[in-house]
This record gives sequence, structure tokens and C-alpha cells, in this order.
Amino acid sequence: MNFPENLKYSKDHEWVQYTESGSALVGISDFAQSQLGALVFVNLPEVGETVEVGERFCDVESVKAVSDVYSPVTGTVKAVNEDLQDSPETINSDPYGAWIAEIEDITATDELMSASEYEAFCKEV
Amino acid sequence: MKLLFEKSIQGRSGKYLSECDVPMLDLPSGLERETPPGLPELAETDVSRHYSALESRTFGINDGFYPLGSCTMKYNPKINEKVSSLPGFTGLHPLQPVDSVQGMLEALYLADTYLAQITGMDKMTLQPAAGAHGEFAGLLLFKKYHEERGDTARTKVIVPDSAHGTNPATASMCGMSVVKLPSGGDGCIDMEKLRAVVGPDTAGIMLTNPNTLGIFESNILEITKIVHEAGGLCYYDGANLNAIAGVMRPGDMGFDCIHLNLHKTFSTPHGGGGPGSGAVGCKDFLIKYLPGPQINKAGETYRFEASPQSFGNLLAFYGNALTVLRALAFIMAYGKDGLPRMSQHAVLNANYLKHRLSERFRIFNRGLCMHEFVISMEREAKEHGVAAIDMAKSFLDNGMMAPTMYFPLIVKEALMVEPTETEGKETLDNVADIYIRLYDEAMANPEAAKLFPRNTVIGRPDEVEAARNPRVRYK
Amino acid sequence: MGYLLNTESQQREMLAALGLSSLNELHRDLPESLILRGGPDIPGGAGEQAILESFEEMAAKNTVYPVIFRGAGAYKHYIPAIVPEMVNKERFKTGYTPYQAEVSQGTLQSIFEFQTMICELTGMDISNASMYDAASAAAEAVAMCKDKKRKSALVSQSVNPRVIDTIKTYSWASDAAVDLVPTTGGLTDMDALAQKITDDTASVTIQQPNFFGLFEDVRAIAELVHGRGAKLIVSVNPIAASVLSAPGECGADIVVGEGQPLGIPLSFGGPYVGFIAAKADLSRRIPGRIAGETTDAQGRRAFVLTLQAREQHIRRETASSNICSNQALMAMTASVYMACLGPGGMQEAAKQSYSKAHYLSEQLGKIPGFGLRYDAEFFHEFVTECPVDAAKLMLHLGRNGILGGLPLEGGGVLWCATEMNSRKDMDRLVSLCREVSA
Repeated sequence: MNFPENLKYSKDHEWVQYTESGSALVGISDFAQSQLGALVFVNLPEVGETVEVGERFCDVESVKAVSDVYSPVTGTVKAVNEDLQDSPETINSDPYGAWIAEIEDITATDELMSASEYEAFCKEV
Repeated sequence: MKLLFEKSIQGRSGKYLSECDVPMLDLPSGLERETPPGLPELAETDVSRHYSALESRTFGINDGFYPLGSCTMKYNPKINEKVSSLPGFTGLHPLQPVDSVQGMLEALYLADTYLAQITGMDKMTLQPAAGAHGEFAGLLLFKKYHEERGDTARTKVIVPDSAHGTNPATASMCGMSVVKLPSGGDGCIDMEKLRAVVGPDTAGIMLTNPNTLGIFESNILEITKIVHEAGGLCYYDGANLNAIAGVMRPGDMGFDCIHLNLHKTFSTPHGGGGPGSGAVGCKDFLIKYLPGPQINKAGETYRFEASPQSFGNLLAFYGNALTVLRALAFIMAYGKDGLPRMSQHAVLNANYLKHRLSERFRIFNRGLCMHEFVISMEREAKEHGVAAIDMAKSFLDNGMMAPTMYFPLIVKEALMVEPTETEGKETLDNVADIYIRLYDEAMANPEAAKLFPRNTVIGRPDEVEAARNPRVRYK
Repeated sequence: MGYLLNTESQQREMLAALGLSSLNELHRDLPESLILRGGPDIPGGAGEQAILESFEEMAAKNTVYPVIFRGAGAYKHYIPAIVPEMVNKERFKTGYTPYQAEVSQGTLQSIFEFQTMICELTGMDISNASMYDAASAAAEAVAMCKDKKRKSALVSQSVNPRVIDTIKTYSWASDAAVDLVPTTGGLTDMDALAQKITDDTASVTIQQPNFFGLFEDVRAIAELVHGRGAKLIVSVNPIAASVLSAPGECGADIVVGEGQPLGIPLSFGGPYVGFIAAKADLSRRIPGRIAGETTDAQGRRAFVLTLQAREQHIRRETASSNICSNQALMAMTASVYMACLGPGGMQEAAKQSYSKAHYLSEQLGKIPGFGLRYDAEFFHEFVTECPVDAAKLMLHLGRNGILGGLPLEGGGVLWCATEMNSRKDMDRLVSLCREVSA
């Protein structure tokens, strides 16, 4: 299980990477994708949509389940990873490369964990 | 196996229509398609063999034990098919004058009356085409009722977490939000939690009783009272009526509205996924809102009556009329004394099989179950890698349908078994022996269990591929 | 009794194994006060012979008209003898929804074939396994088009009024607005449509041929609708669709329709079968079951129910529709019908219907007062004026074994002809109409 040091993590198993412009890339963690199994579809949010901390902002589908993805920040969707439309499996093979959305104008952030804190958190789940 | 399209040979056809006895005309220019639709070109022999081959790759109730929990796959009596295919019914145009369809209306009226008596309701509508369609009708009755009273704040529907997926989906279709009610440890409604969620925003509650764990909610009178006192209405999902039909009436439990799956309790065939019929019944105060025209009797004549306050129509016509005829024939066969006996046998068979299986399997229901019970393979999956799906697939190799898998959601690795009343003890004993043998084999060799089924025309299909790269039509 | 199996001695053994002494004890956990003593208030059980007699008596009280000139959403076409033979095979009839793919390949493949045929007829990319009927399919199509930005719907008044009613019900359910587009000369009024479309309009629904039997200009309507950012839903008659340019080629985003003309008896309105098909970009919004092709571990062709995460049993309160059971066996009926007739036979049925309706309208038109109400081209239904009391006319026809056209609200009669109507019957109809109007 991979927990890159340069990322922050939420209790709902999203990862956050801040960019130089202050926006945040959001995806789901290696732990989360391993729990979900083979993903077959990602319902992406729309660019320009506002998202709120802890609120559902998109969902991912496996064959027999759909799982909500919760936003770790409050802000506006600046961009979405269109590649995931055609290859949702990237989330399984490269969870930290497969960002889902970029959020800008961030006004609030969830209490996020460091890599080591999150690793410990996953062990307890 | 080849598709119809792959068997097609250009220029081949059957001869079905008479020669046209008026001058053949061309369609107005610009409207006609340039090429005919890509339908297969086949002789009747080709069609006949194709469907025989498809039939041999299909498992029907006639093939063997069919214990799908919450689906009530009972034997479908043949007399039902015979009466519903009488030309005096099948040849009727839905827009014929009412005096030319008196026999059909009589049959539908009888079905309406009998179903109302069986459920403790005052009136039924036979328009909904399936259970989910019936749920939609039921919640729209609630919506209309609150709307007519100006009680527009009632937008929340309480649904236990053990409910069928259609319940919350229906609430969403009706513009209502769902309040998910966690079940208590015994799988039943937690009364304190129920009291805590009802209020002035409660539109109603949707319940199955017995619930999807095969347990009768014994606090039912208290439950419906709490909801009513909060100003909400009570909806009975009739999917599990087979446990109590003729023994107890949802209307007497305090329910205001109910849907029935005539293709479950009342034996009309499932047809590989339909047509069903989702007859909906309600109490007096809701009748005026029912969808579609109502069938009423005045003297010796039957007629359609439209209520000006009806919330509208859910289909173009009056529902799956021929399906309702089948259900009526079924009710006539059992009658007053027979129906309670039917439910007793359904419960007897479930309890007997549960008793036999409990020597190996962990079963959620303690004590007596109703018409179905739920096995949990959680421990076997965790400790030995034998999951519910592995057991289910092993049954397919042994001439029987698998139980419902992974439902209800509140039991991990669930297998939901509903034998119905149309099995004999000798079959249940045989089934129990096979289940136990397969369980032991799977536990002895979990790796091999992953490869079940082996004797079917295909092995486990690649569902991930099917969903990632959908191929949903032949090209 | 009924269809029970366990003999008294088997019952005793089973009860003993459970530590019970009577069947009544099985329901001991139910509240005593609610137990229905003596069963529900219905007649006692009957044997098969008596049941058949009751139904035969009821059936005899109905009039099955040997000659029918009424359509309006339900059409009498020739049904090849093989169609019910195939569909009534016991496994097809009694099997469940094909969730266990390994033992349900027959059902799944037949759904896949149905989906393909519907795509071929409509010019669409994806179809589902079936809907309840055309009306509920249209209503679900309207719901499919709604999104965060556009919520309301427009429906042409030339759509079958029963379909309009159903769309209204479904839309009221989800608090979405529906407005009707008036007609001119029996066709969707393009100017009114242009005026009514707003930035909130998600969809426009039309019917081809429309309720009055007339051909709408689907291409022109599609252009207008798309130009304003909305989606076009077209409800079609599948027999007509075999000869008309596919709606998909004319710009439709979603096509729905009633499959009853495809080998399903009139059956007093049901069971019928609705279909719904869409362009690829809407594929994830299609409600209901969809069969897809894949392989098993050995590489064998396999069919499964796919894209299930759209559906209620997985998505629950976030599902856009609750449909699960549909009209599977009726969809199979339509498939067998189409497989038998093939493209040539379907087109023959369509062209005969077209030709006969035109013969009939011409002959009726020779009677004073029975002229066509609308000028536009029509398929196999048409509206005439009616110079006499329509009820009286229908009574006269009925006495002569003919179900006449449908008297419309606001006057006029909607007639229909198919390949089932012989020239002799049409001539007889015309002379009966002449008698009444004389």
C-alpha cells in the first residue's frame, strides 16, 4: 500500500495535492481503490460547480457498487480529469496520478492527515 | 452461440402476409429510409431452432429448485395461462366501448375486490405494471394527499436500511428525500430511532413486513401509530406478502397503502424479468387520488370512473390486464381457506430448510423465520476465502438456481433463501444435503470453489470488462 | 389444496423437526389480535374445471370485433403462428431476471438481440431491455434529459394524449414543469415551439407519425430544438419506423415507442412493451436493465446485465429511476416477430398499412362530410370529419361486427387501417357509414 509523503489525506480516503497557484488536486487513495475493487466508471463533477467540505461531489462505480467521493475542501471545480471517462481503471493502477478534479478558490479545508497519520488511520479501519 | 444476426442469410424470409388487395403506394418523398433496418433475414426453421437453443440456455421454475429470496419464485399454474389467453380477452382493443368489455371489467373488478379483501384495503388500482411502478403510485398518493391538505413541508420518507433498493429510488422519483433508518441488532425497526426521526417533515414510511430478513416486525401497530401521530402515512411494500397472505392484512396493521407483486405472491410468471403487475391498494381517504380510471360496479354493470382528484396516469392504458387475470385464477384456486394454508406452507418450508441448513450455515434469523431466511457467509469469507458468491455459483452446477446474493445489504456475504410453498419435503431434504455437501467441499478447497460453476454453458462472465467497455448491441 | 405439495404426514414430520405441533404455530410471532380467523372474505377455493368455466363465461360477455379500424396507441397486425409458440416456452415464461448469467444465457442473449433490433429501427446507439409501455418510456425519457441547468419539458399536443398524461404525472412527481406546444393543421406548430423553448427547456417530445397519423418534420424540429440547446425525444410506431428515415438520422436524441404492434395481441391494453433508445452520449442516463456482451475465463462469448451501477438496487436513493421488472417476455415477443418478418416483411406490413389507410380515406372521402380534417401526409391513421353523431355511427358499425375509428374529443374520428383490413371490409365500412349519414 502506497502513502506518498507529499500528499494530504482525509478521513473519507481522498488525497489532496496543493498546486503552486493554491488550487488543489483531489483523488482517492490507494487504500480506497483497493477496497472498492475494479472501477468501471467515474461520475465526474462539472467544471464551475461549487463543492463543500465533507459533501459528496462525485461518485465512482465498480460492477456491483457505487461509492460517493467527498470533497476535502470548499471551493470551485476548476478542471476535471476527462481521461477518467474512458479509462476509470487508471484509478486502480495509479491512484495518485489519477486526479479527479482540481479545486480552486478554496475557502475551507477538512482536517487533513499526513502520510504517516493516514497510514495509521487505514490500519484501524 | 451465434446471434440471430449472425445466422441471417440475405434473401431468406418467411411468408406471412397476404398480398395487398389495394394499390400499393410509395411513401411521400424524403420520408422513406434509404436502407431497410438491419434486421435478420431468416426462415421460420431458423427462428424456431434459435429460440429452442436459447431456451436450453435458460433456467426456469420447471427446471428445479428456485429459492430466490424476496422474489417468491413459486410454481406458475398452467390454468392461469389458459384463462388469460382466451380470445375473448386477448382480442379486446383497449379503447372499445365499455359495454363491449363487460366480462373483462368483471374479471378486473373481481381481482380488485379480492385483493382488497386479502390486504385489508378499500380499493385497488391495477394500472401499475410492476412492483416498482406500484411503489411509485403509492408514494404519489402520499404526495397528492399532503399537497391537497396544503401540508407541503412533508418531503421526507423513512426507509429502513434493510429495504429493497426500489424504496429509496422511488422516494427520489417523487421528489422526496430519504431518511435511512438503521435496523436494530435483531434486524427490526429500532423504536427509539423511529421516534427520533418522525416529525412535521415526515411524508411517510415505507416498510416490508415481514422484512427482508424474513422477520415479522412485531411492533407493527406501534410503528404505524408513531408515524400516523406525526402526520405521516404508512406504505406497505408487498414483496413479502407470501408469508402472511390470508393470515393477516396489512390494512389491519395500520398501513394506508400497499403494492402487491402479482408475479410473486399471486403466481403470475416472471417472464425472465416481466411483465409483472404492481396492483396498489389504499384506504378510503386515498381512493379519490388513485391513478387511472377506477373500475366500479353499478347494479349489474361495470364501468370506468375517472376521479377528478386522481393524480393522473402511469401508463397509456389500464395495466397488464392479462397478468391480473392470471392472479385472479390463482386466488380462485386457493380461496378463503386455501390462502392462509398457502402462507403456512411457505413458512413451514422456509423453517424446515433453515432448520436443516443450520447444522452447517450461520443463519441470521434466530427462532422462527417467516417465508425466507438469510445465511451469512461472512466468517467463511474472512477466514477461509469462501464467499457467498462461491456458494451460490456451486448450486448452479447442481441443477438449482442460486439464492438471492448480497442482499439485504445489512447482512455481510448474504444468501437469502426463499423456498416458497410449492416444494415438497423430499426436495428440501435433497437440497439441504446438497447445500451441506457443497459447503464442506468449498471449505476443504476454497480455491476450487472460485471456479464454480463448471457445468453451465459459460463460466463466470467478465463483468468488469462488460461495464468498462459496454457492448450493448450487435454491430 | 391449491398447489401445495406436503402431505399431512410430511407436514407432521417437518413440524416435529421444528418442535411445533400445528401449522398455526408457525405464525405465533404475529400479534394475536390481528390474525384473520377463517381467512379473508372471498369465496372458497375452486378446482381447475370450475375456474376455467368462470373465465369462459366472463370472456363470452366481451365482444371481440372481427374487423377493427381503431388504433390510437394499440394496433391490430398479423401475428405469425410461431410467435406465441416461441415465447410461451416454459423456461422463458417462468425464469427470473437473468442475474445469474451462467444459467440465463438464453434470456440475456434474447435481450441483447432485442436491444440491437431497436437500435436498428431507431438509428440509436443504445437501447435498454424494455420499459412498461410507450407512455412510461416517454415519461422516463423526459426525466433523462433533465440536468442541473435545464429542468422543464415541452411536449407537442400532437403526441398521443395518454402519453402526454403520463409524462405530466411523472413530471409532477419530481416537481418538473411540463408545457404543451400547440398544433397547427394537426402538426407541431414550429413558431409556437420556437417561442416556448427557453434556457430551462431540457427536452421537446414529439411523435412520428403523430397521434393524428400525420408525418412531422423531424429534421426541422431537431434543428430548432438543438439550436436552443435542448434535447429531442421522438416517440415512434415501430412498424412505421421500418420504412421511415430512422429518427436517429433525423436528429433525435432519444427514441421511445410502443412495441405492441410487433406481434403482441391487443389484450385490452396490456401487457405491452415500451422501448427506449438513445444516442451514445446519453447511454449512462438510460434507465432499467441493459444486457451487454463479454467473455468468460475461457474466452467464450457471454452475456450479462451490465452498467448495473445506474440502477436502483445499487444506487438506491441516487438512482434516477426505480424500474427493475420490465416487460421482458413482451420484448422477446417483439424480437421473435421481427426475426420472422425480417426487414422485408416489416416493410411489407408498413407499406400495406400505409396503402390501405390511403385507400380507406379516399373511399370515405367520397361520402359527403367525411373529408380529411388535415392536409398533411399521413401514415396508417387519419382524422376525418364526422357529419353524424359519432356514437350513433359507432353503434351501427358495432352491430355489424366492426370497431370503427376513435371519436375524438371536439369532433372528428381517428381511423386506422393495417394489413389486416381487406378491401372488402373497407368497402363494407364505407357503405355502412354512407347508410348512417344518408
